[in-house]
Amino acid sequence: MLSEFRDREIAKKILKRIFEEAKKIGKEVRFMDVCGTHEDTITRFGIRALLPKNVKILAGPGCPVCITPVEDIVRMMEILKREKEKMIVTTFGDMYRIPTPKGSFADMKSEGYDVKIVYSIYDSYKIAMRNKERTVVHFSPGFETTTAPTAGMLWEVIEKGVENFKIYSVHRLTPPAVEYLLREGTTLNGLITPGHVSTIIGVRGWEYLTREYKVPQVISGFEPIDVLLSILMLLKMLRDEEIRIENEYTRAVKYKGNEEAQKKIEELFEVVDAKWRALGVIQRSGYSLKDKYGDYEISNLYDIEVEELPDLERGCRCGEVLRGLILPTECPLFGRVCTPRHPVGPCMVSYEGTCQIFYKYGSLYG
Amino acid sequence: MCLAIPGKVVEIRDNLAIVDYGGVRREARIDFIRELKVGDYVIVHTGFAIEKMDEEAAKRSIEAWDELLSSDEPHILED
Ligand code: SF4
Repeated sequence: MLSEFRDREIAKKILKRIFEEAKKIGKEVRFMDVCGTHEDTITRFGIRALLPKNVKILAGPGCPVCITPVEDIVRMMEILKREKEKMIVTTFGDMYRIPTPKGSFADMKSEGYDVKIVYSIYDSYKIAMRNKERTVVHFSPGFETTTAPTAGMLWEVIEKGVENFKIYSVHRLTPPAVEYLLREGTTLNGLITPGHVSTIIGVRGWEYLTREYKVPQVISGFEPIDVLLSILMLLKMLRDEEIRIENEYTRAVKYKGNEEAQKKIEELFEVVDAKWRALGVIQRSGYSLKDKYGDYEISNLYDIEVEELPDLERGCRCGEVLRGLILPTECPLFGRVCTPRHPVGPCMVSYEGTCQIFYKYGSLYG
Repeated sequence: MCLAIPGKVVEIRDNLAIVDYGGVRREARIDFIRELKVGDYVIVHTGFAIEKMDEEAAKRSIEAWDELLSSDEPHILED
């Protein structure tokens, strides 16, 4: 199934059309992706190098682990230090290694604390079921696509009255981050809108950005053909001067999104102002558990002051990478001082981070 | 990161499905998917199916490419 979405001949035809449209437009246009999986497709298949010179692809804040605030990671570590063997912390593999000025979860593990890498919050739940005498906390980053699983799991925890399972929510919403970039002056002529976030929030979750900021969008799938088609669709909209939101990924994204998932998220979480590492506070961009479910949020149960810490090491330009202002190759540390084995900043640690994706696929960026 | 490829449902037990990705099988929660049956394709993210793949829509979009790609105007490249 879906082999057409990787067909070389089709890709060539689309590229030819992209060149035609770009030539008619004449001036430089800048499109942004805001999803690590899109950036992976774009870099892995060398799409930047294939495009006409006047079509630029920027990478935006598509890495939830990269933007998780240092203070939250440190607060979680402080809670674990207090509880010692009475607590197990679970999180995803890349979150585990994210550096802060006070170390990482991986460092805590090597000091003997119980931190486990999981693939799913469901795995954390199973760990909690097997360890009833200990508190299991899932440190839970991610955009809407990951917030939905958290909401689903927590729903079951609440219904069953499970007492030893908690979360630390650092979930974030994606449209407010794009809005923030637009307000801050990142120049964008179109958005390659993240397909899997859109399976949850639907086409309608993004419409206001096009309405209010006049930015064309195409909700895109993740095969190379999907991304190329989306670029072509954006170019056509610009040339026809018809600013719209279109859905290229109709095989997965509905206009209203996944309403079951939305219902669970809305029942459990409220939307609050939230900090993004290296970007600052973005209005109404975070998911926090509602007061009535507040006992399931571990940070509510401890009074721990964490001083404000620097987001990045000196010289790390992750903030500009996340804003789409530079590509990783413009950072002097990239590939020399900073590599996935010895990362300086979060954008090199996460497999969704633009710096790591660029490093991994080496010469293919163009 | 999101798995970009859909997997095929080979077994359903309550709110769990066994999903096959070209030979590799993994379990996925299906809390958010209504009317799922064996043989359907799903997109799974961090262990939860987030949407069912609509094969009809996939076929329709492949058909729509023809239209998008046939409207090319070859003379443009020559000037
Ligand atoms: S290459 Fe390393 S130091 Fe440079 S911006 Fe990326 S993460 Fe920061």
